[in-house]
Amino acid sequence: MTMMVPVDDAQKLSLKRPIADGDTVIVYERHDSMRAVTVSPGSDLQNRFGVFQHSDWVGKPFGSKVFSSKGGFVFLLAPTPQLWTLVLSHRTQILYLPDISFVVSCLEIVPGCVVLESGTGSGSLSTSLARAVAPSGHLFTFDFHEQRASSARADFERNGLTSLITVTVRDIQGEGFPKEHEGSVDAVFLDLPQPWLAIPSASRCLKPDAVLCSFSPCIEQVQRTCETLRSSFTDIRTFEVLVRSYEIKEHCFAKSVSEEDGSPVGPPPQKRKQSTLPANKSEKTESNFSVMAKPCNTARGHTGYLTFARLTVLSN
Amino acid sequence: MEEEKLTGSEETSAAKANGLSEVNRAVAWDGCSVLLDINDGDRLVFSRLSPSASIKIGNKKCSLRPLVGCPFGSLFTVETGPSGPHLSRSAPSSTGNCVEEISKDEGQSVNEIRDNRSLIDNNTAQSLSSEDIEAMRSEGATGDEIVKALIDNSSTFEKKTVFSQEKYKLKKQKKYAPKVLLRRPSMRSICETYFKKHPQRTGFMRVDTLSMLLSMANVGPYSDALVLDKLGGLVVGSVAERVGGTGYICSTYFGTVPYQIDIVRMFNLSSDVCARILQAPFSDLSPLQNAPSECAMSDPSDVRPGSPETAQPDPSNELLQDGDSLLDSRDNGDDTLTGQKPVKPGRKAPPEIVKSWKDNGFTSLIIAAPEMDVESLIMDLLPLLAYSAPFAIYHQYLQPLATCMHKLQASKMAIGMQISEPWLREYQVLPSRTHPHMQMNAFGGYILSGIRISNSNTGGVIEDKAA
Repeated sequence: MTMMVPVDDAQKLSLKRPIADGDTVIVYERHDSMRAVTVSPGSDLQNRFGVFQHSDWVGKPFGSKVFSSKGGFVFLLAPTPQLWTLVLSHRTQILYLPDISFVVSCLEIVPGCVVLESGTGSGSLSTSLARAVAPSGHLFTFDFHEQRASSARADFERNGLTSLITVTVRDIQGEGFPKEHEGSVDAVFLDLPQPWLAIPSASRCLKPDAVLCSFSPCIEQVQRTCETLRSSFTDIRTFEVLVRSYEIKEHCFAKSVSEEDGSPVGPPPQKRKQSTLPANKSEKTESNFSVMAKPCNTARGHTGYLTFARLTVLSN
Repeated sequence: MEEEKLTGSEETSAAKANGLSEVNRAVAWDGCSVLLDINDGDRLVFSRLSPSASIKIGNKKCSLRPLVGCPFGSLFTVETGPSGPHLSRSAPSSTGNCVEEISKDEGQSVNEIRDNRSLIDNNTAQSLSSEDIEAMRSEGATGDEIVKALIDNSSTFEKKTVFSQEKYKLKKQKKYAPKVLLRRPSMRSICETYFKKHPQRTGFMRVDTLSMLLSMANVGPYSDALVLDKLGGLVVGSVAERVGGTGYICSTYFGTVPYQIDIVRMFNLSSDVCARILQAPFSDLSPLQNAPSECAMSDPSDVRPGSPETAQPDPSNELLQDGDSLLDSRDNGDDTLTGQKPVKPGRKAPPEIVKSWKDNGFTSLIIAAPEMDVESLIMDLLPLLAYSAPFAIYHQYLQPLATCMHKLQASKMAIGMQISEPWLREYQVLPSRTHPHMQMNAFGGYILSGIRISNSNTGGVIEDKAA
């Protein structure tokens, strides 16, 4: 059905795989306004652009532009873990793309890996972890909050991820990971208030040289975590990752035809134009037109510190 | 691994490949690619565990054979034996962890105030001479014993702060008891190593940037990933590692000579995964018969002197240190586990696969070509993507990406676009000494990401291939 993480060839995104009833699509209204919608016969979507009938969507390729009754439009995108992170409902603070992508890389997760995660939270990272281990690996994720675990489970089911993710209600700080995982795990991710309490259990679950990651907003937590890691782990490194975004703007200035004299008319007050200069000046439009870039004024200042460590390999 | 949780269809070659890679991943095998970390990152060498492989440490040349069969993450020291210097497996070091240990051993409190006001740096503190040390060595003293002797014979050691003592001990250990750590090559270690030692070879690609490219382009199972990699194969290898044994990675190129992707061989990818890495010239992929853009796109850099454009791997471009442990381009010892002939990554894409790419569209596009004209690259390559497929372009300069983004917006070929500059900072976390690292890398490149869309207003199913 849904293809957020394809587990066979038929589920992958393709020009030949049109939108079908029951699919989850990501409705893109604007760059900062998107939502997940399950296509269902007879339903419609209502937003500022009008009313959209789901039946109009069926049979079109993902990535299509679709219209409302009053001529407004949206785009229907195929669901991906990135888009899911942007549209999911926040039951807790979530991880975003820069942290998620760095975690997946530094945990060295490849298809087939077995990964443990606690806490599940809103399932943002979990969804990306599922993609990283698919199709033959597995993510075991734990949360001590029963309702949040339920909501996460429901999301994973809706997104077709149940063959990849198992959600369990468990207090990892208090009880550690279940014994059945000991010695069999390729990576552990901790997002807990007191991760040091979970480290002894994590060290029993991880295979030698496998990587653990702990995410903590506060430096005091990081210090205590690193102290605890030193007895069984090596290669302990702590990072911060952030992203700076840029915005662009056209800069058009008109040059009069008298440019041949070598005396161009000075630039008129800047106007924002969608298109370039009129056709009779098309020869000169490229040179009279530039795009400027500048960093955005707002940015995320801090999410958390990421501490990675490898389980020490003993020589026996 | 919980076999019973897998559904039937997943027991494909992917699972088999991963079953093999489960074994591969833990223990170094004959002929595998390794990353040798000497003295905690001071020196990093890629090597292949072939019968003749060796490494020179200080002035001692040691065979790498003892590494075969050892788990990745094993530590070795140089020992002198009857047949000369050799690498010997040693216990994990506790240095770096042990401020508390030092203070316990010597009965000092970490809070005792000590400083360096009376320490004079005039080279008279050490009473052992280099001849004394050589004599100890020829009598068979281990490196650690020499270090202890140096500490015992230093008149200023006791006066140093605990942290200073630790630093002194580590410095002496690096010289007299060097350690070799056997690291498993992976996207992370390969990218970090090149970035640290030879960044120009990989276009200054930093590990967080590469990680973001993979996520933004939604690289995963069953991906048909289109990659333009002019970073020696770092991107192709990373994509292949993430896709696993499903899907395809199409490494494309303009002109007639494929770009060199030797770095892929360092990843220890299984045969199944290597079989998925294919090369195809843009002229084969383009839907237009006489793709006029191809001529315009014959990038001058393709024939620029000095640019590594031959199909033959060029050993001098490999990451090698001090002329030893060359990553042997002639070596055919990969994948001895299956007993099959190893599949070399980057074989020419067969016509039926090219056709399927044209029919289905690629599901991801990554461009990492810092010296090429991104604007024309994206105009050529974006139409090869399926609609709703994401793309991510890496570049060292902001302006070309800004122009590109603007053009894509104006032509309505893509939405959700963003220009990002990743930022990465590492911290030292030690008791009473927690702070960001003193040295920091300033720049990891820019990424332009977005999603291809269909701007057809007809609302029909038939896609507009000529877009």
